[in-house]
Amino acid sequence: MASLGIDVLFKGTNFLRLLQGLWVSIEISLISVILSIVLGLVIGMLMTIHNPLLKAVLKVYLETVRIMPQMVLLFIVYFGTTRVFGWDMSAESSAIFVFTFWGTAEMGDLVRGSIKSIPNIQFESAFALGMDKVQTYIYIILPQTVRRLIPLSINLITRMIKTTSLVMMIGIVEVLKVAQQIIEANRKVSPNAAFGVFAVVFLLYFIVCWPISRLAVYLEKRWA
Amino acid sequence: MSELLKVTHLYKEFGTNVVLKDLNLSVNKGEVVVIIGPSGCGKSTFLRCLNGLEEIQSGVITVDGLPVEAGKRDITKLRQKIGMVFQSYELFPHKTVLENCILAPIKVQKREKDDAVKEALELLDKVGLADKKDYYPRQLSGGQKQRVAIVRALLMHPEILLFDEVTAALDPEMVHEVLETMLALAKAGSTMIIVTHEMSFAEAVADRIIFLDKGEIVEETDNVFGFFEQPKTERAKKFLKTFSYEK
Repeated sequence: MASLGIDVLFKGTNFLRLLQGLWVSIEISLISVILSIVLGLVIGMLMTIHNPLLKAVLKVYLETVRIMPQMVLLFIVYFGTTRVFGWDMSAESSAIFVFTFWGTAEMGDLVRGSIKSIPNIQFESAFALGMDKVQTYIYIILPQTVRRLIPLSINLITRMIKTTSLVMMIGIVEVLKVAQQIIEANRKVSPNAAFGVFAVVFLLYFIVCWPISRLAVYLEKRWA
Repeated sequence: MSELLKVTHLYKEFGTNVVLKDLNLSVNKGEVVVIIGPSGCGKSTFLRCLNGLEEIQSGVITVDGLPVEAGKRDITKLRQKIGMVFQSYELFPHKTVLENCILAPIKVQKREKDDAVKEALELLDKVGLADKKDYYPRQLSGGQKQRVAIVRALLMHPEILLFDEVTAALDPEMVHEVLETMLALAKAGSTMIIVTHEMSFAEAVADRIIFLDKGEIVEETDNVFGFFEQPKTERAKKFLKTFSYEK
């Protein structure tokens, strides 16, 4: 059998560099995910308010995010805003901005759906016990919302992690970019490296995302 | 006897649909009032008006001398005096039986946790559910859930208890265990307003029967036995007939 080309990873600091690239991916997704959860809770609650103007604005926001490819958003924010608005954003902040902008919209929609799926009579039975609106949200509605939200949001979180591979298009050296560099540098001595190195990248993504989706399964069962 | 609940000229509509017309009612402390009537006659809506879950268009409802006004800030204070048990139990699914019971006493009435737990366990024991205190609602049968819901309402020490068709969603043998619990409460002197379709239970528990049809009180009587034997109005007669079968 032909060489799988994994050996190049053991040359010099190649594997360490790959892990550093992975850390860049994780860092960007972790910050974006946390920001998206916090902002998404707020946006989601706003989405349940009956106000036509607010509803319209949030709808446009959500649809924009859904329709626009993430890569186009990245290009607009990183390349586009620099000259037009004079913003000097680093590639990392642009990436975090775009991913949070995206994640917040989708998370908000999930939060909205979770709140809506709680029967109205849960509110009423809390009111009937003398609770006010704030107490009802804190003790009754939000805990149930979060339980319904976790399995749904894990899907979004893993999608966000996977999509960070796009950030190499604005010059961020994350795991996929490092892999490309390693393959390019060893093209002559190890022409099969494309297979081995990308396979390892696949494994790394798997190692990051798999525990998260297992957690979703576990929580879904526990809170069923 | 002192008057606990007073309803005068209550008028309620949903859009153009008039649900309750000029309803008047007075309930004394310790009295058990049973409201019966065909589906859609406004029984449940009436109960929901009593603790401000529904807004009313005109009329006055007072509990213990205080007006019930939906949407007002102090409605939460008033609701603590009015316990309500729903048809679909509506326990909080993310909390255990015990947590369901003590949540409002601790958070709303700011009672000591130990004190609330102690009382909750006593009451759960009375309804035969002390061993289920750490169960989640989904692990209980319908009848058990409904008894927990009753304990949860009792723990707020309400002046008056509202029961909205609490056995309508239960299997026959579970109906019995819930009704026994309510009968015990009535004997202990609780003030209760009960909406039900269980006629033999109504007869056993009621001090007064109110027959509601199309949003109006058609018949109201303290002669409970007499009502079921020989109702005075045609509409009540017709309604009661639907509960018996002849071959």
